[in-house]
Amino acid sequence: SQYFQHYYITNNLRMSGLRVLVGVKRVIDYAVKIRVRPDSLGVVTDGVKHSMNPFDENAIEEAVRMKQKKIVKEIIVASCGPPQAQETIRTALAMGADRGIHVEVPAGTDANLQPLGVAKIFAALVEQEKPDLVILGKQAIDDDANQTTQLLAGMLDWPQGTMASVVSAGDGALTITREIDGGLEDISVSLPAVISADLRLNEPRYATLPNIMKAKKKKIAKMDPASLGVDITPRLKILNVVDPPVRQAGDKVPDVSTLMEKLKEKGHL
Amino acid sequence: MISARNLLKLSPLCLQVRHGSRMFPQLKRGQFSRLTDEDINYFTRVVGQNGVKTEDLDHYNTDWLDTVSGYTEVVVSPKTVEQVSAVLSHCNHRRLAVVPQGGNTGLVGGSNPVFDEIVLSLERLNNISHIDPYAGVVDCEAGVILQNLSDKVEEHGYTVPLDLGARGSCFIGGNLATHAGGLRVVRYGQLRGSVLGMRVVLPDGQVLDGRSMMRKDNTGYDIKQLFIGSEGTLGVITDVSLLLPQTPVSVNMALFGCDSFDDVIKCYRLSRQCLGEIVSACEFMDSLCMASVNNILGLASPLEDSHPFYYLVETSGMNQEHDMEKLETCIERVFDAGCATDGVMAASRDQAKHMMSLRENIAPALKAVGFNYKYDVSLPIKDMYSLVEQIRLRMRSMDEAFSVGYGHLGDNNLHLNVITPHYSTEALSVIEPFVYEEVSRLRGSISAEHGMGLKKANYLGYAKDPGMISMMKTLKNVFDPNGIMNPYKLLPWG
Repeated sequence: SQYFQHYYITNNLRMSGLRVLVGVKRVIDYAVKIRVRPDSLGVVTDGVKHSMNPFDENAIEEAVRMKQKKIVKEIIVASCGPPQAQETIRTALAMGADRGIHVEVPAGTDANLQPLGVAKIFAALVEQEKPDLVILGKQAIDDDANQTTQLLAGMLDWPQGTMASVVSAGDGALTITREIDGGLEDISVSLPAVISADLRLNEPRYATLPNIMKAKKKKIAKMDPASLGVDITPRLKILNVVDPPVRQAGDKVPDVSTLMEKLKEKGHL
Repeated sequence: MISARNLLKLSPLCLQVRHGSRMFPQLKRGQFSRLTDEDINYFTRVVGQNGVKTEDLDHYNTDWLDTVSGYTEVVVSPKTVEQVSAVLSHCNHRRLAVVPQGGNTGLVGGSNPVFDEIVLSLERLNNISHIDPYAGVVDCEAGVILQNLSDKVEEHGYTVPLDLGARGSCFIGGNLATHAGGLRVVRYGQLRGSVLGMRVVLPDGQVLDGRSMMRKDNTGYDIKQLFIGSEGTLGVITDVSLLLPQTPVSVNMALFGCDSFDDVIKCYRLSRQCLGEIVSACEFMDSLCMASVNNILGLASPLEDSHPFYYLVETSGMNQEHDMEKLETCIERVFDAGCATDGVMAASRDQAKHMMSLRENIAPALKAVGFNYKYDVSLPIKDMYSLVEQIRLRMRSMDEAFSVGYGHLGDNNLHLNVITPHYSTEALSVIEPFVYEEVSRLRGSISAEHGMGLKKANYLGYAKDPGMISMMKTLKNVFDPNGIMNPYKLLPWG
């Protein structure tokens, strides 16, 4: 594609001066107690505290650290969401991103934004911005999907380094340590690539107040999915959302024979 | 003088367990009867086997700070107000001294026996009877742990108007008896303003039932107010009706690094002007406090550099956007005025909790370093830190001593702590009575929220004039003619 030609001519596989696109999502704050909506089709979001998805904090932090090491030259932070997603973009700008992109959907419809739609939006943004690297959070804590990175990499035909807990820049390639079930796996990915950040990748910085104020002057471009030529119609339909079953109280028995009796009673023996 | 760098070199866990009687050698046991087997049998009949403990009593005998310790032989834990009444009535008749005890988190030695006083624990009176979700009122027993009460009322969208670091252990009854202050006085006012009703048992066993869920009730003398802050010397609180504020939806926290205490005061003034009604905590700490929690408890500062002072402001409101607008104005004004050199804002509840934990863990961190001489005083705001500097100057000849200041800036309440490796009467004599004299001279309070307990009882004269103290003694005699309720506490004994 045109993009690949552009990449090989200009970047010449040097590991410095990279441009990074980071995705962030506004979700219900991790510490808030979730309540299921009366219609059982979702959770209550009105009037509930929201913050940046914790894994996305790791994503931004990694980009900022790479910028401090001069590996990265520019950080663009993008978020797909309702008008309030701007706050999340501002937090990312305060942490050190250079400019923002807000792909806005009407308030109240953001629950319909699914990973496939988001991946398509990011593919369109990649086409527009031509970054060398895309860093996303491993998964959002509201849907726990862990799909957007993989879908995006597939759409772009780029290598992916998912569940990254260490990212190091080598000669023309990134070495990524991935957290997998059996332990840790090291892979090497050539650029351009998509990475998803895991919690142990880094310790995200606090947004300092002087930076929060500076961030107000940084630009956030606004657009909508239609202007990017993306159809975000949901392909999955949520049928039902319920609380997990209440844990039953246990029984304390005074001795082994009573234990045997109870086990027999309940048909376990 | 100890510097922040040297904090790590002081040996940790310098526990000082001293009998209340040895710390004050001139204090003699009162003319009370001695516990007999008949008494224990009576208690067992009233409260049951589960309610009488005669072994493993260290936990009841010693205070949280490990600075005072009595030697009670029995802990009685009633389950109902009737049992409390029967136990007290018996003790009054037998002239047995009694110490009512809640979560045992007090800081002035007020909730522990000095000699062999019987400990009356409220731990089994832990029922939350009723919550009125429309009025926002809760009715509960005195032995409910503050955290549990908070969790329960949260289910209805309410919060307790009181919050302090000891929330996981302290009882609401103890909070009332000591009239605890805590972090949110600046927002919700003093605890006594939220108490709508109370039930107490007098030393002779008589039950005074003043329970009410009414917001307004001007019918006669408000006797429950006497019990609030009476530190267990007038009777036992068994039930309370408490008014509850709404749980805030949007909680934000900002931490500022300041070069001087003057700058801290300026930050504070600006923040109150910009934030107004959404302010829910205004705290400050000095650099040694931050170093203590960093080094001893491993809690990292969110700011890159260390600063001489830190100012922490929390906001609580019902609308995130509205509150953020106010906070952003506040931050701009603070940096424009140049009264802070750096600062951070919490981007999530977790970050907010971490920032507050830095302030709340100062006491546990200092406790691990050595012996703590703790002073909880109210002072005119401009004089708050100069007291710390004066004490530091006076202590300069003691090599391993250091002094810190932190506290509820919004209430003009300073927590001055002096730390030495071990308790020493020499160190104590350098600090006291100077600190009380100085506070008295500045027309402050020698005990803003911790109470008098055992440790400060004899200094009551620095706080109240003789006429007032005399009236207090008269009232004590009215409620407790045999003087069995928490003797040696609150009122001067020496």
